[in-house]
Amino acid sequence: MKMKTMLLATLILAGMSTFASAQTLRWARAGDALTLDPHAQNEGPTTALIHQIMEPLIIRDMTGAPVPALATEWGPSEEDPNVWWFKLREGVKFHDGAEFDSEDVVFSFERAMTPDSDYKELLSSVTEVRANGKYGFEIVTDGPNPIMPSNLTNLFIMDKDWAEANGAVKVQDYEGGEDTFASRNANGTGPYSLVSRETDAQTVLTINEDYWGMDEFPMQVKEIIYTPIQNQATRVAALLSGEVDFIQDVPVQDLARVNDTDGLQVITAEQNRVIFFGMNQGDADLTTDNVEGANPLADLRVRQAINMSINREAIQQVVMRGQSIPAGVIMPPFVNGWTAELDAVPANDIDAAKALMSEAGYGDGFSIRLNCPNDRYINDEAICQAAVGMLAQIGITIQLEALPKAQHFPLLGNLETDFYMLGWGVPTYDSEYIFNFLVHTKGEKFGSWNATRFSDPELDVKIQALASETDLEKRNQMIAEIWAVVQAEQVYIPIHHQVLNWGMSDSVGTIVDPEDTPKFKYFEFAS
Amino acid sequence: MLAFTIRRAFQSLIVLLVVGLVAFSMFNFVGDPVDNMLGQERTGADIERLRTQLGLDQPFPVQYYRFLEGAVQGNFGISYRQGRPVSDVISERIAATLELAMVSAILAIVFGVALGVFTAIRRNGWAANIIMSLSLIGVSLPTFLIGILLIYLFAVELGWLPSFGRGETVDLGWWRTGLLTESGRKAIILPAITLGLYQMTLIMRLVRSEMLEVLRQDYIRFARARGLKDRSVYFRHALKNTLVPVITVTGMQLGSIIAFAIITETVFQWPGVGLLFINAIRFVDIPVMAAYLMLISVMFVSINLVVDLLYFAIDPRLRADRSGSGK
Amino acid sequence: MRGFSFTNTISRAWKSDFMWSFRRTPVAIVSFFVAMILILGAVFAPLFAPYNPFDPATLNLMNGFSQPMVPNQFTGDSFWLGADDQGRDVFSTILYGLRISLFVGFAAVAFAMVLGVTLGLVAGYVGGWIGALIMRIADVQLTFPGILVAMLVFGIAKGFTPIEQRDEMAIWVLVIAIGLSEWVQFARVVRGATMVEKNKEYVQAAHLNGRRPISIMVRHILPNVLGPVLVIATISLALAIIAEATLSFLGVGAPPTQPSLGTLIRIGQGFMFSGEWWILLFPAVTLLTLALSVNLLGDWLRDVLNPKLR
Repeated sequence: MKMKTMLLATLILAGMSTFASAQTLRWARAGDALTLDPHAQNEGPTTALIHQIMEPLIIRDMTGAPVPALATEWGPSEEDPNVWWFKLREGVKFHDGAEFDSEDVVFSFERAMTPDSDYKELLSSVTEVRANGKYGFEIVTDGPNPIMPSNLTNLFIMDKDWAEANGAVKVQDYEGGEDTFASRNANGTGPYSLVSRETDAQTVLTINEDYWGMDEFPMQVKEIIYTPIQNQATRVAALLSGEVDFIQDVPVQDLARVNDTDGLQVITAEQNRVIFFGMNQGDADLTTDNVEGANPLADLRVRQAINMSINREAIQQVVMRGQSIPAGVIMPPFVNGWTAELDAVPANDIDAAKALMSEAGYGDGFSIRLNCPNDRYINDEAICQAAVGMLAQIGITIQLEALPKAQHFPLLGNLETDFYMLGWGVPTYDSEYIFNFLVHTKGEKFGSWNATRFSDPELDVKIQALASETDLEKRNQMIAEIWAVVQAEQVYIPIHHQVLNWGMSDSVGTIVDPEDTPKFKYFEFAS
Repeated sequence: MLAFTIRRAFQSLIVLLVVGLVAFSMFNFVGDPVDNMLGQERTGADIERLRTQLGLDQPFPVQYYRFLEGAVQGNFGISYRQGRPVSDVISERIAATLELAMVSAILAIVFGVALGVFTAIRRNGWAANIIMSLSLIGVSLPTFLIGILLIYLFAVELGWLPSFGRGETVDLGWWRTGLLTESGRKAIILPAITLGLYQMTLIMRLVRSEMLEVLRQDYIRFARARGLKDRSVYFRHALKNTLVPVITVTGMQLGSIIAFAIITETVFQWPGVGLLFINAIRFVDIPVMAAYLMLISVMFVSINLVVDLLYFAIDPRLRADRSGSGK
Repeated sequence: MRGFSFTNTISRAWKSDFMWSFRRTPVAIVSFFVAMILILGAVFAPLFAPYNPFDPATLNLMNGFSQPMVPNQFTGDSFWLGADDQGRDVFSTILYGLRISLFVGFAAVAFAMVLGVTLGLVAGYVGGWIGALIMRIADVQLTFPGILVAMLVFGIAKGFTPIEQRDEMAIWVLVIAIGLSEWVQFARVVRGATMVEKNKEYVQAAHLNGRRPISIMVRHILPNVLGPVLVIATISLALAIIAEATLSFLGVGAPPTQPSLGTLIRIGQGFMFSGEWWILLFPAVTLLTLALSVNLLGDWLRDVLNPKLR
């Protein structure tokens, strides 16, 4: 690496390098934000960018713990169990100088509850939001909602007057292809303000000198230049050659190279996302297998055999190069309801699996198609390929179909797959979120991502009851009971929890955010 | 001449309609935009509402008719991905692609002609043979691999040139160029080489074979016999006569340079229309895909038309026979 | 590319000049043997390859990323050219991948040739509005870059293929897509040559003798255009192999469980910075060698079949 240092030195001397001042952070990741309208799209890269510019009432810090942002204190009302109260921060100003108060909060919440908003589901239990003086705010729900604060950590506050002056009162109808002032401009209370933005090319942010937290947070990054770079090899090359300071998605195979390069480091942390396989266990016959008149996956023993045949340690060691945590349950460890017992890694036992297959009448195996995304999760296609080899050992022949996410996810939505890969993150940090989408019978309001055809009406009743159960102890008991059924029925085959790898210049100091959302106000900058 | 022009223009229009139809029909197969546009928390009702809103519940001919109706007025709809008019999005990006295509084409022509002449004159020399063989290596590797190898060598190992993007650009009002800044000029080198390599080889080989053919012609022999100097023979007579087919082929190749920019732009994160198109496919952004395909088609068809008309103007005998002899 | 409209036939060249030229051109001899070795290696892959990388039951993931000639630290297995990310022997995978690449290449060129020659003959001989129509279709075809054609064909085919046959389908889609983007070359050359030949006396004579047009085209005109067709076919073969690799990069290629050379290169390029050079280098060198030798053969063929350039 000596040669590299010399080269680096020559580069700087030659003055040709793109190194900007030490306080500028050049940030790259695979995808760009979709819009700047804070309520139009609830999507990772979009919220990550908006988090630098605008703030919610409550924010998750870089460890994932909820901490005060625009609200300083909050709690459930003692008089009325259906009300949450919030005390707002005083003396905060928007980037354009306007003052922040409860009027803006009421406006933003009402805006986020309109039909075009992508956050309306998170506020579906809200019946009214009201100001309580200039710095007081209350949310009224249709029943007690014990986890309301967790739903608010990405709910950004806009300035009412700015929105009215710029025709941005209505949420951008993103799906309808609407172009609004707010989708390309932003006025927030956040630590950075928008300088310029060209979609998919470059976005520049500069520090907000009047930020309320100037003394509370490091605030050492003065300018942010954000560039999406899609091609994996190009992105790594940009970091290795010093053209960017921070990339959010280092491919696992390049971690060592980045770490060994002088001036660069990789930091890792467990992500709030679990990867697993789902199986069609409800239909009487499958269309994608070679078994006539029966559904092999409907047999619990077959599902258990599949579970045993997956060598999670080998996937972790080879495919993920150590950058994953083998899982026994489809729930990230941050989530309320998680226990080490549930997440114990199932034993990899080919003989026992074969015995179960014979018992179920599939001693000679069968063949089935496995659907995988190839551009969604870390090494998704390679994991599926590895599973093909493992399942072959118990006689299951797999036709692997790896597709871009735009073609993969509709297969789940339209129930056109019998065996598929899916990943799930839990923004609310509570099991209810998983049950609602993945365990409840598929229907209009619930189970929209449950493509397993698993359906248990008794369980459905229990899942729906979680929403309004205020006795936390009883609620946790219910959660444990539901998990017990999910595990016993082997509804899903958990693979692992994803690990995030952030690659960056040595001079950057930070920890990894479990939701993959860097908040640059926490970043430190040496030199 | 007028009748011929009208007939050809009419045929070109039909070609465009067919391309439009084919382009549009492919959208039924690239995926479902709705799933991408709605988040994790979507419901069945959301999906239905959005499908209706986008007109995706309409039968195919109705969708195509609507698309054509808009396209005729230069309105390609709104990008699902960016939420802005497609025409705005494309006009913002086209400068980057055209600039890259132009620089590649110039590189290809300059080096292609020079090396072609050299290899023709020294047709049996060792240098010419090496150049001919090396040029084959260039076309025997896929473009994406060449691009990545160049990045590895010049950006990562040597650190001479940037690995992605356009560098600093200057907005001239009607054109955003990267050629006026040093970082912009540095940034264009690797992608331009990657993109132009194949065309350079093609032009070089064409110039070489045309030169060899011309050099065998009688009038060149006479010129030689009259005692004209080699240089004069090569450049005043021979090269001049090779230029017509070279210009034709280069013209035809310009369109394919723009099409192949898809791959180069993906590798180098070049913010042009090719990258836009690849993103459009990933996000099933149908209006952008349709507009891009129509744009490329219009470009190809008009180049084709112009070449046809030029041929007709130069040599009426060739009028129906161009495709047979011209390459 | 001009000057394909000459008249010597393959058979004549074969007897006299062809073999003579071959013997006198070292580049041609070397290219020929290199290409033959690769083709035979691919055809008889099951005999030469120590493993069958397409049989998932034989794979051991723990062999992943084994270095060439170095025993794996977990399993003790050793591989000549190393193992890839799935623990597949790189040497065996290259041989099997070569099979797919060559199959796609040959089949695509055959498809393009049959389509192009037929349409070219018809367009040239019949002419009129049919000829114009065919050449307009050729224009449309040229308008569509091969990459886009492939994506289109892929999408349409998926709508029509039964689910169980998707894997085989991918290969045929590649064949059709690449074939479709190359038939125009054949058609244009054959049409041009046909229009020249059509007016020659012997064709006129055959016509007057009451021969049917199809018979005239097949018996008299076709042999005369075989030379340039062969040249185009050779060059197209190299192009098809490269095109297959490029399509794999865009994700429209052979399935990952049955990788072609292009798929192997796409997978390998992900490991370029990480030090596992063998996953990229060996497939890339194989592809380069194959395409280069085919291209050199095509070059030589053009020289030898084009008397004006000899």
